[in-house]
Amino acid sequence: MKQLISVLAASVALAAPAAAQTYAVTNGRVVTNTDAGILENATVIVRDGDIVAVGAGAEIPEDATVIDASGNWVTPGVFAAFSQLGLIEVALEGSTTDDSANESPFSVALDVADGFNPAGTYLATNRMEGVTRAAIFPSTGHNIFAGQGALIDTSGEADSLFQAGSFVYADLSESGAGRAGGSRPAAWAFLEAALADARGYPGRFSGDHEGDALNRYDAAALLPVARGRVPLVMAVNRAADIRRAIRFKADNAPIQLILVGAAEGWMVAEELAAAGIPVIVDPLEDLPSSFDALGASLQNAARLQDAGVDVAYSTAPTADGYFNARLVPQHAGNAVANGVPWDEAFRAITLTPAEIYGVGDRYGALAPGYAGDVVVWDGDPLEVMSAPVAVLIDGEPTALESRQTQLRDRYINITDDTPYAYRR
Amino acid sequence: MTLKPSLPALAVCTAAIALAACSNGSDTASSGESGSAGSNSGGSGDIVRINLDPYPSTYTPRPSGTTLIRGATVLDGIGGQIENGDVLIENGRIAAVGTGLEAPDGATVVDGAGRYVTPGIIDIHSHLGAYPSPGVSAHSDGNEATEPVTAEVWVEHSVWPQDPGFEHALAGGVTTLHVLPGSANLFGGRGITLRNVPGRTVQEMKFPDAPYTLKMACGENPSRVYGNRGRSPATDMGNMAGYRASWIEASNYRDSWHEYWEAAENGEDVDPPTQDLELDTLMGVLEGEILVQQHCYRADQMAQIMDMAEEFGYQVTTFHHAVEAYKIPDLLAEHNVCAAVWADWGGFKMEAYDTVRENLAMTHANGACAMIHSDDANGIQRLNQEIAKALADGRRAGLDISEAEAWAWASSRPAQALGIGDETGSLQEGYRADVVLWSGNPFSTYTRADQVWIDGALSYDRRNTDLQPVRDFMLGQPGEGEQ
Repeated sequence: MKQLISVLAASVALAAPAAAQTYAVTNGRVVTNTDAGILENATVIVRDGDIVAVGAGAEIPEDATVIDASGNWVTPGVFAAFSQLGLIEVALEGSTTDDSANESPFSVALDVADGFNPAGTYLATNRMEGVTRAAIFPSTGHNIFAGQGALIDTSGEADSLFQAGSFVYADLSESGAGRAGGSRPAAWAFLEAALADARGYPGRFSGDHEGDALNRYDAAALLPVARGRVPLVMAVNRAADIRRAIRFKADNAPIQLILVGAAEGWMVAEELAAAGIPVIVDPLEDLPSSFDALGASLQNAARLQDAGVDVAYSTAPTADGYFNARLVPQHAGNAVANGVPWDEAFRAITLTPAEIYGVGDRYGALAPGYAGDVVVWDGDPLEVMSAPVAVLIDGEPTALESRQTQLRDRYINITDDTPYAYRR
Repeated sequence: MTLKPSLPALAVCTAAIALAACSNGSDTASSGESGSAGSNSGGSGDIVRINLDPYPSTYTPRPSGTTLIRGATVLDGIGGQIENGDVLIENGRIAAVGTGLEAPDGATVVDGAGRYVTPGIIDIHSHLGAYPSPGVSAHSDGNEATEPVTAEVWVEHSVWPQDPGFEHALAGGVTTLHVLPGSANLFGGRGITLRNVPGRTVQEMKFPDAPYTLKMACGENPSRVYGNRGRSPATDMGNMAGYRASWIEASNYRDSWHEYWEAAENGEDVDPPTQDLELDTLMGVLEGEILVQQHCYRADQMAQIMDMAEEFGYQVTTFHHAVEAYKIPDLLAEHNVCAAVWADWGGFKMEAYDTVRENLAMTHANGACAMIHSDDANGIQRLNQEIAKALADGRRAGLDISEAEAWAWASSRPAQALGIGDETGSLQEGYRADVVLWSGNPFSTYTRADQVWIDGALSYDRRNTDLQPVRDFMLGQPGEGEQ
């Protein structure tokens, strides 16, 4: 079947993207992420890029290419909530990274869409492990604002960045305090001043006037955040900082706030739920890695979700987001081991991230009207020993091959007499 | 400078000190007599010897009773699997492994039905204690990055025993860990093998009789650190030149001691060489007493390091990280060198660019000694999941490897590579009873360590907070007692 899919992917790549294709993924254990729950021996029909039918009795169209998922799990693709896919190729080689710009005069105005490389080799390695969509994040440079994030798919196609300007990312954690000049008060003063600059744009920048915190381009970029049209994703960990963030949101309506990190989130879970602030956490963050996270706990995700907080999972900080965003199902499985019900943990790496970024009506579920992001797994997707056997993005099968599988195949048979460099 | 003769090792051995530590002293004393790199005293009071164990282990196993774990799936760590198996622990040691074992009088019987029993996990590459949590500047004690050759530093002098990371590793089934200096330097210093037990001092954690190790690092790290300072090594060739110059110096140093000992033992009136801490360690490697743990990523660089070891007559024990081990399993096997690797991490620097998920399984299946390692305070907590991923990826690539065989990657292989393979790392009669009882199959994401025994003493119990150690640092913190 692997072979079949590879061949299909090759032919699809040659065809125009809009070419009509129908696929029927049949007889799988289908995780819908809808009220329908998990369906046994069910079929998912994908036509022209979108899901058109899901169910045990779904009729298979005559023109459909059948992907037999008997004995397999069928799920929506994984949505990496906090990644840097396509922004970093070799982290320590600055020439290959486009996530941050310490020496730029700009901050909020920096848009990852201008740095995203769909041909980066980790798009394929992450796609192969079931990641079909991702939010991509800039890293902070010279102030608390890293810039603007975007939403991508992992197809590697030219149009795989499907939404730019999706959010602005700011660091108000311990590290943000350092960037702001050395203290938490400095970070919050900078944030408040930056918002005032944005609200005053463009009038405040007439003539020779400068903003208090931001230059005119950065202020313009922050304006949609101040107006509540684009969410602010804010890194915070300490419980006191999370409370400060909750107050910030209340004081700055209509601002939309998403928290990331939240190592001590469980200590303020009720307040977060009451404030309706979604949170992106790494379920594996359990060490007091800094004085910012002395309350870190493997129970964080479970306690937040029990309290009714909308929680999505990330691999960071315990694993990186550019190479190993693909590990987020493992992180979700560990959340289950630590008390999160399976359905909720799986939702936290699929539908909930999509909802947090405002695209939950298109991605993260298997239901008519959703994009045809369908993954067929050889077992429970949250089990470390499971892996996809087919990955469809926008209704098209993708190749389960990467630079890493090519290296593997070159070296796996050491008795092959062909010189290594000639094995392809 | 002339050294005063050190105290004979046996003179400092009292009943209060673990016998094992004392027998270490006498063992090395006898090797000193045979002309090797010294020891406390060869029995000839006037001959200067180098004290090989000035910070001896004071580890004492916690009291333990007799325990019978019954009816579990047993993975013995050396490829064996027993269904409905029993493990009997007596006097801190594995007394029997099999089926239908009788419970001795007074034994605690643990029902293992539906659960798995394995040897405790051994992490051959950790920086716990040297780079502890919280990661504040005052505790950044892993790299003496002031000179490229710092074989004179010993990481045990940096280990903070109050690192909360130790107890998190324990909850992940880690019973032994090898703490290394960082990789900024060509010669980073000595590593140390620890029991994963709480201690007020690092001596209370030291694995009795475990050989010392030497951390070496090849590739990008040393050349980046020192090249950025405009000094050598700034290149890969500078790295090699730096090692070789040191080995020449160490060879001369060793020769001078041997000449001295030979002359002194013949009754000649000779002065000993001036002791040099850096060269003591390198001489220990040349004498085969200190095991080389070599950070190296690329296949071509590992091959050059192995040639260099032959050039100077020493053995590399393990390549750490070794992301390209899968390219040279034949060379590794030929040189009897192991590879300690991650399951699926890479991309963070150029020499880690050719990572493949099948590295561990391919290296193993193609005939070399391979194992897992963490190099990470978080990763060390889930090494069972890391070998599970490596196994699954290997199987998908067509390699036929059993779970029982794969468990060696987390226990007996690292034990052998640390020189403690006849003491721990497998469930064999007479071995230290370092045992984990898992809630289910440890190759599953959902499985957790239920109970952990170290030297037969129940040292962790997931359901009993009285058996969950809490380091001093965590007292009064919001995360006190959090798993």
